[in-house]
Amino acid sequence: MKHSITLNVNGEEWDIDVAPNDTLLEVLRDRVGIKSPKVGCERGDCGACTVILDGRTVRSCLVLAVEADGCGVLTVEALSKDGPNELQQAFIDRNSFQCGFCAPGVVLTVSELLATNPKPTEDEVKEAIAGNLCRCTGYTPIVEAVMELVGKDEA
Amino acid sequence: MPIAHEFDYLKPASLEDAVAVLAKRGEGAQVLAGGTDVVALLRDGAIAPEVVVDIKGIAGLADIRLAGERLFIGPLVTFTDLIESELIRESFPLFYEMAVKVASKGIRNRATVVGNICSAVPSCDAGPVVLVYDAQVLILGPEGERAVHIDEWFTGPKKTDLQSGELVVGLEMPSSAQACGGSYVKLGRYRGEDLAQASVAVLVSPDYEYRVAFGAVGPVPVRAKKLEAAIKGEEPTEEMFAVARKFIARETSPITDIRATAEYRTHMLEVMLERGIRAAVARLNGDGPEYGTRHI
Repeated sequence: MKHSITLNVNGEEWDIDVAPNDTLLEVLRDRVGIKSPKVGCERGDCGACTVILDGRTVRSCLVLAVEADGCGVLTVEALSKDGPNELQQAFIDRNSFQCGFCAPGVVLTVSELLATNPKPTEDEVKEAIAGNLCRCTGYTPIVEAVMELVGKDEA
Repeated sequence: MPIAHEFDYLKPASLEDAVAVLAKRGEGAQVLAGGTDVVALLRDGAIAPEVVVDIKGIAGLADIRLAGERLFIGPLVTFTDLIESELIRESFPLFYEMAVKVASKGIRNRATVVGNICSAVPSCDAGPVVLVYDAQVLILGPEGERAVHIDEWFTGPKKTDLQSGELVVGLEMPSSAQACGGSYVKLGRYRGEDLAQASVAVLVSPDYEYRVAFGAVGPVPVRAKKLEAAIKGEEPTEEMFAVARKFIARETSPITDIRATAEYRTHMLEVMLERGIRAAVARLNGDGPEYGTRHI
């Protein structure tokens, strides 16, 4: 049986008919056309499908689309409407990513951290992104970019 | 890979409606809270329900509250909710220490404590902690309400005392635990998200009565009551640890699997138990490490 759901995706209202076994990840990619959440492990381990659902990062591969009815979804597309934001620019300046597959998830996870903790320690940054697997960089340039950004005011 | 299995989805607005659906559909119904286990199991084909019953439309199930002599935790309380709750942080900080060690932020934002004990994986982080907090599992079913003591809750790997047609409506813990010191020691293969290779929860009361529970070293998380009795009233000393260590083999039955050997688990339990007891007692006396620390 199809369910009619309403999603607010990056500020835009979408009315979509979904099946109970459609995941939020599939609906975002295949129906809404937003490609930044990636299909990775599809079991919640890798963090590549991370989106912000009603203010919190979630694994969109582990959320049924029908569960998200009436919710607000944010992806990196919302952050960079007017070009890269401060955090994204910090990652660009540091060349923090190579293949970029993990990047949207990392950007959203760090954004969530900075929203509640604008001056995190290095350990807090590492803990926050512990669930976002990056197989290219060894994480060093990712953590360095965040620490550089949050340390800016003191310089 | 899409979820191949097809099912109906219902989101009842009241407990009565939820229980009516569960009673009617019996084994064909699967309750959905945070979904971090349920959706993964659906994708794997490990479960194939006729209907998924989402309880997130029912009011009041996300409460954490102190009512008289009991702490109540609703079935929609996530690990993030525990971490952010002042009541938990100040009065039941062992929950905090456990919650910060669960998986990753994106999972903690969604996964629930009650879901964790309903999935009943032997390594579940909430298991040893609710065991030492002496929890009651509150259940609503076609026959009305009942409560199961946590000691009777876990019946096997991924198995619990929950019967077909029933819904867990919360956890209740005696508030006397507020006066205790506690610790949760989790051994993983690396820092960051991993299932426990072994885990130890300790709670110690002001008169040095201990509660100790182990996870991931047997088919179910388990209270070590013989061990507790053997060290009752003792302050942590080398002699006391020597006694405690002797009981580890009796109280646990670890297996060798992809994450560790049985021998390694047993050896590490000795280390973890000692550190867990030391930290819990130090915290009881007001000079322990801050809750949330790793211990190992």
